Amino acid sequence: MNKILLIIEREFLSRVKKKSFLIMTVLGPILFAGITIIPTWLAMRDSTQTTVSVLDKSGLFAKRLKSNKETVFVSIDGSEDKAKQNLMKAGEHQMLLVIGETNGNTSPDIRIFSESNPSLDLVHSIEGQINSELKNVQLKSSGIDPALVEKIKPDVDIKTTVLNDEGEKEGSSAAATIVGFGAGFLIYIFIFLYGSQVMTGVMEEKTNRVVEVIISSVRPFELMLGKIVGVAMVGLAQFLLWMILSYGITTVAGTIMASQTGKQQTIEVAGDPEASKEMKKKMGKSGILKELQNVNLVSVVMYFMFYFLGGYLLYSAMFAAVGAAVDNQQDAQQFMLPITIPIIGAIVMAQFIIKDPNSNLAFWMSVIPFTSPIIMMIRIPFEPPFWQILLSMVSLILGFLGTTWMAGKIYRVGILMYGKKVSYKELWKWMRY
Amino acid sequence: MTPIIQTQNLVKRYGTYTALDQVSVSIPKGSIFGLLGPNGAGKTSLIRIITQITAPDEGTVLFDGKPLVPADVARIGYLPEERGLYKKAKVGEQLLYFAQLKGMSKAEALEKTKKWFIRLDIKDWWNKNVEELSKGMAQKVQFVATVLHEPSFIILDEPFSGFDPVNSDVIRDEILRLHDQGSTILFSTHRMDTVEELCSHVVLIDKAKKVLDGSTKDIRNQFKTHRYSVETKEPINFSEFPWQPETMNIEKEECYASSFKLVDGQSPNELVADVIQNAEILGFREEMPSFHDIFVQVVSREPEAV
Repeated sequence: MNKILLIIEREFLSRVKKKSFLIMTVLGPILFAGITIIPTWLAMRDSTQTTVSVLDKSGLFAKRLKSNKETVFVSIDGSEDKAKQNLMKAGEHQMLLVIGETNGNTSPDIRIFSESNPSLDLVHSIEGQINSELKNVQLKSSGIDPALVEKIKPDVDIKTTVLNDEGEKEGSSAAATIVGFGAGFLIYIFIFLYGSQVMTGVMEEKTNRVVEVIISSVRPFELMLGKIVGVAMVGLAQFLLWMILSYGITTVAGTIMASQTGKQQTIEVAGDPEASKEMKKKMGKSGILKELQNVNLVSVVMYFMFYFLGGYLLYSAMFAAVGAAVDNQQDAQQFMLPITIPIIGAIVMAQFIIKDPNSNLAFWMSVIPFTSPIIMMIRIPFEPPFWQILLSMVSLILGFLGTTWMAGKIYRVGILMYGKKVSYKELWKWMRY
Repeated sequence: MTPIIQTQNLVKRYGTYTALDQVSVSIPKGSIFGLLGPNGAGKTSLIRIITQITAPDEGTVLFDGKPLVPADVARIGYLPEERGLYKKAKVGEQLLYFAQLKGMSKAEALEKTKKWFIRLDIKDWWNKNVEELSKGMAQKVQFVATVLHEPSFIILDEPFSGFDPVNSDVIRDEILRLHDQGSTILFSTHRMDTVEELCSHVVLIDKAKKVLDGSTKDIRNQFKTHRYSVETKEPINFSEFPWQPETMNIEKEECYASSFKLVDGQSPNELVADVIQNAEILGFREEMPSFHDIFVQVVSREPEAV
């Protein structure tokens, strides 16, 4: 037992001390934070003002277009050709908006001339403003008061409610989808990342021939188990560091940007009244954020830890067996296939499972230990019946005990077998030695 | 005295292939024991069973009179033929790790490692990665790793390969020192000069079976050719000589050499007496078989397995 601890310690420290671990640990959260922060930051930074000269031949819209921090609309007169010439001379951040003739009942021909392609946001914003103006005109000409229409705005919002033994609870399908898929995907990544670390570790020891020195001191099974557990701890440590760092970075960056971000949103809202209303509705009343509170995050994290460890143990034992059976990376490929098929299959099926998390397919895939770490994790936020979770957990534990036992047998023979290209038949023989 | 290692009828099979077939070997305590055999004879299989890397299919191993138990790994040191160290780990840390795996405490391992670094004059290697070392340097580190935990039984598989003559002597002296301190040494080697120089006992394994076993002295006697060589100042006149020579008056720089094969009942003294009457004797000795000859003779006379 003492020796296993020694092996775990070495496997853990030798990996954590590596530069690549440090780089991954620091880069991970920065990348994560980057994905969330940089778009906001870019939007904020890009506040150069664009002047849009509006040549409105219909005379209906020019005064209605609202200027904001980024875009200033200036109404101009004269011929289109002259306006174009002026635009050429004007230089950067200048655009020409030409609105064709219309009486309001037909859509005018609208063109934007600019030096480079205008941003999609700007185009949408102008489209939105002109559409709503056209609507007003058309409503008026049909004898309807636009103010009345504005008043009559039914607002239906379906609330999903989970009704079970524990009583009623407000549902959270959207949030559950996000949480479930995220957790399942993380497990997928972790199994591959750390499973292959176990494999290369075993292969390194085998090709270095260190293994013979070590197994003259400890049992091969102890060495394999020590390595698997050591790498698992590296994974957990990295995961925890990522959580802490990501939280730290996003919080700090969020605070810094808070005030400016606030302004940013009002600008967008001003740009397109229809869209902003939609957004407010999402964010507020039945928003994802509110739904997230209904997902039991603590239990999700607990289950995540279990399925992460269980899935990792199940697969890393097989990765260790592959590493022991082969002499080099190329030979490893053929044995990787049967290991990777169920796990890739699980992540591919995830999108179907998430649409119908209580289907038969979902049940079976979340009970079979080779797919359960990912599939059950996807179902967890949808709160499947407890007996199914229990069954899945028990079968996962039995599953990894089984693969570890089998892998141990292959490992024991494989690490001492050099210069031999092994086949599946050979592996089967080793298991029965 | 109980032998330090005693294997009884060991059988090891890999599928249909038999690597060891009823091998019983007894290694006397305090001996330097040579394990000989052609490639693929089963030497490594035997060593792996003694070091508990693999288990035999049949038979038992007694260590110091008692059946081998996992705790015995602490008393055995093993230098495999294929040397291996962690390439990206520091020499010092690595040695501490190996010693601790053998059951030493960290403090004890540290103290012992330092002693060895001073003894072999490799102090400045402590913080080097193994990949920075030359092959010979890595071999030295590996040797230290083998004996660091002061095992009473040391298994060395081709211990001198990869060493230059100077370092080879350093390692040989260290092995002899450990032997003097009471360790039993098992050499597995193809170098017959090592066997002749160092070993007091040998076992020869061929095709999974033990074919020769005994002290080096006994085995030499067993393989005696009863051939004697005589060096004389002037050629022997064989026309009237009562003994039938094998070789006749081969001219050397300062003498003539002849050899005779004696059969039962003939004594070398009688031969000498007859030679004296014929010529002046400069030298007379019995031609002892070399282990090289014995090895070749035993291994090649074995009929192919049927």
